[in-house]
Amino acid sequence: MERNPMRRQLASLRKSLFDQGYLDEQFMELEQLQDDANPNFVEEVVTLYYRDSARLILNLDHALERRPLDFSKLDGLMHQFKGSSSSIGAKKVKAESTLFREYCKYGNAEGCMRTFQQLKKEYATLRKKLETYFQLARQIGPMESANRPK
Amino acid sequence: MTVEQIGSEGKDQFPIGMRVLAVDDDPTCLLLLGTLLRRCQYHVTTTSQAKTALKMLRENKNKFDLVISDVHMPDMDGFKLLEHVGLEMDLPVIMLSANGDTKLVMKGITHGACDYLLKPVRIEELQNIWQHVARRKKKDRCNSGSKDKPHPDSGEAAGIGNVDNNGKLNKKRKDQNEDEDDERDENGHDNEDPSAQKKPRVVWSVELHRKFVAAVNQLGIDKAVPKKILELMNVEKLTRENVASHLQKFRLYLKRISCVANQQANMAAALGTADSAYLRMGSLNGLGNFHTLAGSDQLHNAAFRSFPPSGVLGRLNTPAGLGIRGLPSPGTIQLGHVQNSGHPTNDLSKLQSFVPGNHNTNILQGMPMSLELDRLQHNKSVGHIGELPTTDSTTVFPGSGKLVDARITGFSNNPLLGVTSNSLMLEGSSQQATSHTSVSAIGFQNGNALSDFTSIAPASYQLQDSKAGSQGQASPINCNAGQIIRSAPQEWNAPRKDAPYQSHASINSSIPINSAMIQLGQCLDRNNSIFHRTTDLDSVGPLNFVDPLSIKHGEGDNSIMEPSVIEKEGYLMFQPRPHGSHVPDNIGSLEDLASAMMKQEGGCNGYSLRTSI
Repeated sequence: MERNPMRRQLASLRKSLFDQGYLDEQFMELEQLQDDANPNFVEEVVTLYYRDSARLILNLDHALERRPLDFSKLDGLMHQFKGSSSSIGAKKVKAESTLFREYCKYGNAEGCMRTFQQLKKEYATLRKKLETYFQLARQIGPMESANRPK
Repeated sequence: MTVEQIGSEGKDQFPIGMRVLAVDDDPTCLLLLGTLLRRCQYHVTTTSQAKTALKMLRENKNKFDLVISDVHMPDMDGFKLLEHVGLEMDLPVIMLSANGDTKLVMKGITHGACDYLLKPVRIEELQNIWQHVARRKKKDRCNSGSKDKPHPDSGEAAGIGNVDNNGKLNKKRKDQNEDEDDERDENGHDNEDPSAQKKPRVVWSVELHRKFVAAVNQLGIDKAVPKKILELMNVEKLTRENVASHLQKFRLYLKRISCVANQQANMAAALGTADSAYLRMGSLNGLGNFHTLAGSDQLHNAAFRSFPPSGVLGRLNTPAGLGIRGLPSPGTIQLGHVQNSGHPTNDLSKLQSFVPGNHNTNILQGMPMSLELDRLQHNKSVGHIGELPTTDSTTVFPGSGKLVDARITGFSNNPLLGVTSNSLMLEGSSQQATSHTSVSAIGFQNGNALSDFTSIAPASYQLQDSKAGSQGQASPINCNAGQIIRSAPQEWNAPRKDAPYQSHASINSSIPINSAMIQLGQCLDRNNSIFHRTTDLDSVGPLNFVDPLSIKHGEGDNSIMEPSVIEKEGYLMFQPRPHGSHVPDNIGSLEDLASAMMKQEGGCNGYSLRTSI
């Protein structure tokens, strides 16, 4: 009983993440992989993502400080980042990554830097939202969160 | 959690339990991939390092059914890993990347990936990847069903020398590699390293090889089919499969030799007569033989013949392998060089002197000369040849068995020796084969040499296999084989490629060429497609070598032996290994030689060596 409002809240939160374009279908794929055997799978993956991608973000930051910019290197780093982000369904982050790579391709330093700033914002925003989501989900219980999406 | 366990009996419930190795440096992706795969009920092993993946795969080739790998990885490029896996383990590999560029996908295809998936991967896509494994299994089944066939076919059909064979062989080379490997495991050839043994291995001892070569000679390289060879050999517990596999290798060897021989053509031409002399040398007991050699076109040993123009021999001798370095150079061996065959004797004598004089090894010594020849550029090698006869027939080539021993050891230090032994092999009609390693057989020996040759060749093959690019090595060995073969059939004159076999006949038996030879072939192939032909050891027949020799006159221009050829090949065995890897006594030596070569080459690791000896 008490869970219902929480569940509703969770559902609503989840829906908004999709609606607002923070998450895409890939996130649903993750959810599907969550089961009794893997009750916290989604959270695990997301946690891992944030931990690992922090390193990439840092590298990108450093690379963007160099002058002149090494676009090829930047592109490579971003490629990795993009791959990771797409794995969890981070839609906006992924979009920024793509844009960033385009700028790299054309050697547009300013475009790269601008885009990267935007990317970091999206990255941070998503993280907060997902943290909230998972917190709520944990409160409700693994079974439920597993059943909920779909 | 239990999904993984299903893997253990995987096969029965395939695709359930299919063993997948997932490689991705990105931990997020790797976790996702692993989970997805497990959801598909595969047995999954994950690693973020390509190097670790390779290590795991190498540890046990049968541990996995499929590999999925990311393209962009920090420690190793995904395509590189793909290549390695394809070459070494021949497992299906699926590439994974966030980048779906056509170019990249194409690259994946060209590198042999059986599929290219885009990240993020979806479970639906992974649910079907088992098809790649199933497809390959089916293909393997078909191949193994006729595993024996291709070998004999290639050998027989081609008649060894045929260019077609080359093509076929070439094409089959990889298959053969695989097949050989398989065969080795399955047929129990001793080439393989015992760890993967499944059946009792057949050790192609010198004696056995000798019988083999004898049988092949008897039947004629073209008609030598495993079944008949088996019958002629009359060895208990030897299966047709064993013979077939060995035959294949032998053919490769011959091919190689003939290739060399052909190349040597120029040299041969020059040597031409000299060659004869050389060959004769093998049989000649002492220098006296030289004369014969010089004069008679037909090497009676034919061993020489097979000794393809200096090139081949040279290689063998090449001090590098033989250690003969010291060989009297240019003057001595001139045999090949001689252009005017009239001098063969002279050269021979030189050669003779060259030979260190190990009697037993003399022959070898003589042989090395041939190898040296190459090196010396004809001169030298010739010299060696001459040497051979010195000690006595046995030493020279006839040594057939003896030489072999001597030779191989000789190889290491004594290039000549080593060579000789090989040559010895040649000479004897292959009886000698003992010295497999005696690449030297190159042709020195008349018939025996061939045997040796073969033996030598095998060694080389072995080496070759290592894929190390022992090409050089391979070549020399091949030469030997070719030479050996040559001695027998005296056909030199027809420098046909197919001819190579002739000497081959003598080779029979002795050369456990097995892996060695094949390797040679393989190596050679690398360098040179000609060698490729050698697979037909049987068919290779000395002619090839001979031919070049016979051709002599005309082309002779530079080195008799055509060092270039040899060099190309990579110096049959000797080169690579300057000292020969101390071949332990004939059989051993071949192996050692092979191994030595291989090591040099970098890597054969006993792959080949083991084989024949």
